[in-house]
Amino acid sequence: MDLVALMLADSRFPGGGHVHSGGLEEAAARRLVVDEASLRSFLVGRLRTAGALAAVFAAAASAQDGYAELDAELDARTPSPAQRAASRTQGRGIARAATRAWPSARLEGLLRATPRPHHPIVVGVLVADPFEAAQTVAYHAVTGPATGAIRLLGLDPFGVNAVLAGLAPEIDAVAGHARDHAGTPPADLPAPSAPGLDLLAEAHDRHHAEEVRLFAS
Amino acid sequence: MPADHGHVHPVNFDPTDAGHDPHGHDQAHAHDHGRRAVRLGIGGPVGSGKTALTAALCRALGDELDLAVVTNDIYTTEDADFLRAAGVLDTERIEAVQTGACPHTAIRDDITANLDAVELLEHRFPGLELVIIESGGDNLTAVFSRGLVDRQVFVVDVAGGDKVPRKGGPGVTTADLLVINKTDLAPLVGADLGVMTSDAHRVRGGLPVVSQSLVDTPDAPAVAEWVRAQLRALAGVG
Repeated sequence: MDLVALMLADSRFPGGGHVHSGGLEEAAARRLVVDEASLRSFLVGRLRTAGALAAVFAAAASAQDGYAELDAELDARTPSPAQRAASRTQGRGIARAATRAWPSARLEGLLRATPRPHHPIVVGVLVADPFEAAQTVAYHAVTGPATGAIRLLGLDPFGVNAVLAGLAPEIDAVAGHARDHAGTPPADLPAPSAPGLDLLAEAHDRHHAEEVRLFAS
Repeated sequence: MPADHGHVHPVNFDPTDAGHDPHGHDQAHAHDHGRRAVRLGIGGPVGSGKTALTAALCRALGDELDLAVVTNDIYTTEDADFLRAAGVLDTERIEAVQTGACPHTAIRDDITANLDAVELLEHRFPGLELVIIESGGDNLTAVFSRGLVDRQVFVVDVAGGDKVPRKGGPGVTTADLLVINKTDLAPLVGADLGVMTSDAHRVRGGLPVVSQSLVDTPDAPAVAEWVRAQLRALAGVG
């Protein structure tokens, strides 16, 4: 696998991703996720919706230019303002680190088109292979919530790690589907959605302002 | 939603999941308690009195239980050295883990070093009944992994400020027991004990809270009694 993709997927990458739980904190606060079984269910659900959407746009951004249009199309497919903000914050975080680590004309072009790009678009610009770009963001879609579950619920890290490992075929399937769409015009890219996750993200955003929360999303 | 059997089952987020046995997971964990020592975590901010509480529990329970201690220090083995010097426990029964940068990593995110120490003690003392795992001093986000401990105590102290329980964090809100320590210092630091305990009860939703001063009660009798009750409860599970 591309070293850039490996570094982006590493939890030690300084892109600010560690403060996001992808809706897991809200789900845990509502006791919707309480153990490894319900965490796995949450992760599979997230992977096949938000993860699949991110993967499709990462693969497309890896394979084609026209970043402003891709960014706007992903915006249109992300109905929750809280999720749009979380995606752009993490995209900006990765772009900041990438400007030092992997300066390139493509990255400059992206940041000219939009200074706060969505997370999957930046990953697509940085990772040359569409499948690996998609795989990276699909993995990111589940590893953030999984880590959040360890911190919030004290779940056994070995158990959570095994759950993540068990998702490998799903992650690869999502990435494969995304690769198949890498050349699709932005307006025609798939738009899987998860209204439940959208609602959790919005509720979390409100609660975050009102009471103690560990994660920004 | 199924009712009347003591708990609710979580929503299934995965439409393709044929369904799992929602009780199987609990049983798999419960099975362990019959053949290994119960593991009790003691965590809390720097200087809150975790080591003093650990020593007090050793004094209170050492004669009635086969027990051992794992200490976690960030830079040194100071806490283990303190416990060994205090003579509250045979030095063979104290193992020190040096956590390095992040104490909460060693007790929550990657519990390998602590499990290693616990298993070493269990191997050394086959009849071991209780292992106390004392965390390195951390912040309010610290919490033990349920993969490492069966029960956890979170210690805050009056001198840390009477706002601490209100600020919450998973240690304060979810630990099986919250200890508000050093109550004798309240008048000296201008802390309102009433505010601390009422905030603590409010954010913990019914989970127990003990206020204590090891100056007044050096053997931590309330915490020791709570530990005995937990051991009885966990023995019943296995």
